Amino acid sequence: MSGGQMSDGQMSGGEKFDLTAGAAYAAGPPQTVRAILWRRFLRHRLAVASLIVLALLVLAALAAPLAEAAFGLDATRVSLLERFQPPSARHWLGTDELGRDLLLRLLYGGRVSLLVGLAAAFCAALIGTALGLLAGYYGGTLDALLMRLADGVIALPLLPLLIVLAAVDLTKLGLPAALATSEDVSFYRIVILISIVGWTTVARLVRGATLTMRTREFVRAAEALGARAPRIMLVHILPNVVSPIIVATTLSAGGIILLESVLSFLGLGIQPPIASWGNMLTGAQELIWSDPALAVWPGLLIFVTVIAFNFLGDGLQDALDPRAIQE
Amino acid sequence: MTRYILQRLVESAVVLLIMSFVIYGLIGLMPGDPIDLMVSADPDLTPADAERLRALYGLDRPILERYLNWLGAALSGDIGYSRIHARPVMAVLLPALANTVWLMGLSFALALAIALPAGILAALRPRSAVDNAINLLAFAGISIPPFWLAILLIILFAVILGWLPAGGMGGGGLGSAIAHLALPVATLTLVTVGGIVRFVRAAMMEALRQDYVRTAQAKGLSARQVVLGHALRNAMIPVVTVLALNFGTLFSGALITETMFGWLGMGKTIYDAIMGNDFNLALVGLLFATLTTLLANLAADVTYAWLDPRISYK
Repeated sequence: MSGGQMSDGQMSGGEKFDLTAGAAYAAGPPQTVRAILWRRFLRHRLAVASLIVLALLVLAALAAPLAEAAFGLDATRVSLLERFQPPSARHWLGTDELGRDLLLRLLYGGRVSLLVGLAAAFCAALIGTALGLLAGYYGGTLDALLMRLADGVIALPLLPLLIVLAAVDLTKLGLPAALATSEDVSFYRIVILISIVGWTTVARLVRGATLTMRTREFVRAAEALGARAPRIMLVHILPNVVSPIIVATTLSAGGIILLESVLSFLGLGIQPPIASWGNMLTGAQELIWSDPALAVWPGLLIFVTVIAFNFLGDGLQDALDPRAIQE
Repeated sequence: MTRYILQRLVESAVVLLIMSFVIYGLIGLMPGDPIDLMVSADPDLTPADAERLRALYGLDRPILERYLNWLGAALSGDIGYSRIHARPVMAVLLPALANTVWLMGLSFALALAIALPAGILAALRPRSAVDNAINLLAFAGISIPPFWLAILLIILFAVILGWLPAGGMGGGGLGSAIAHLALPVATLTLVTVGGIVRFVRAAMMEALRQDYVRTAQAKGLSARQVVLGHALRNAMIPVVTVLALNFGTLFSGALITETMFGWLGMGKTIYDAIMGNDFNLALVGLLFATLTTLLANLAADVTYAWLDPRISYK
């Protein structure tokens, strides 16, 4: 696929006219599209702050083993003599109901929560992009069918259905028992479950963008030159619908982290002893009378992460929206 | 119009039928089966007895056959008993439905009462301090984990201040009912209102850009008449649709809220049924929730067609 590489110029080839036709073009020295977009993004202060917050959270989560070594603690060690300790020099945020260090658990939980969020958002975006391209390019019955499917997925009472899906016994589906009961399986299961229901936003946006792209001259020209459908979709249309994919994926990452936390909280997502911000709150409801701090920290981190993804998505949307560029 | 509604009803029935098979299949894939539960309750049952019971109740038949049997019985009005509650499924679900209607209805009304003025205000002055503040709060509402919000409210109002009960249904009396509803309604309202504000704001901004708004201003109508009489009426068309389409989301929010506060609604009943291996109650409860959602969507489409004269019913 020699032409498949997405260079800068090609990436926004379709939008180039829109972008440079406005005030930006008259500004004087030649500017790349990327520079214009970057400046527009920087104007959105909340989005920039969110990007920094998210970067810090990812770094902190990655540094979990380092912190563990620095404190000389073991995040998984249960110590019944050290339960509910208040914050101290040794335990910065105190200890939980099993005497484990809360800060380290939060860092390790962050690894899982962020990884689930990013992995599921990526898978959902992949499914959504594929279905959106197909629906927008082929139109007709396929389009109607896929969009009705998307409507249906959005309209259904998703949470109860996800709870049933999460409760499904994998051995009854023919998975070997050793695999179905292994610790990691709850991670893959939740990523798959969320991808199955999370693809709709991306699919709709990609479909809409594809519909307008397929009537453009360069697509017509490629068709006239005899390019086949897969090549047109992947090489000519896909690079031009990257903006909505990025925006929708960022926005959906927040919702996905929220959904993971709900399912894990209800005991159906990430299974203990693996920590996630959601399942750290599972027991917190009983503990609010004795140690409310245990209930506050994990939720605060979920909240901050989700709102940061939402602000970031909002900022990207403003920056990448070609209609707004001429303001 | 009648023909359109009839057509949509038939479509909804088909979707419900498909969903009933999907849910029936999923429930069958949950760990254990009713005979396992009998075995664990009665140590005298031998594995051979269990097999005989499975054959007796038809649990060894292929899934399609079992589904068709269940469907036939359900259509003739026999939807069975709940294992946990030891009562007919309908006797469990109907009171739960009433409780959920109270919770969702109050929260939805409250959310609308907040979101409409807030959304309009934000749309009238885009990028102003007011708009930014409303936007920030709306994003906070969308991003907060509902179960965590519930925990925070319990900590504040039940643990620290001691003003309100931390959960439960309350025993009779209007005052007790209000006290027990206050925190669940507050939780569900706060997690719902942000999304509605964003919809109203977007729809109003779109409507305010239209030519008929300029015309209305040009012919000398007051700002109030222009905003409420012309822009808002048109902005409500997409808003109503989106709201009805979000019924499923509201129901998901209600499930979490009910579970957190021990409010005996549909969401908590379904959750408890799934977690407690009450297969029959879970199955019927899920179908009930699906049916309600489908009807809400149908109502949305009909309202949309009714509100917007440009839409034909084909």
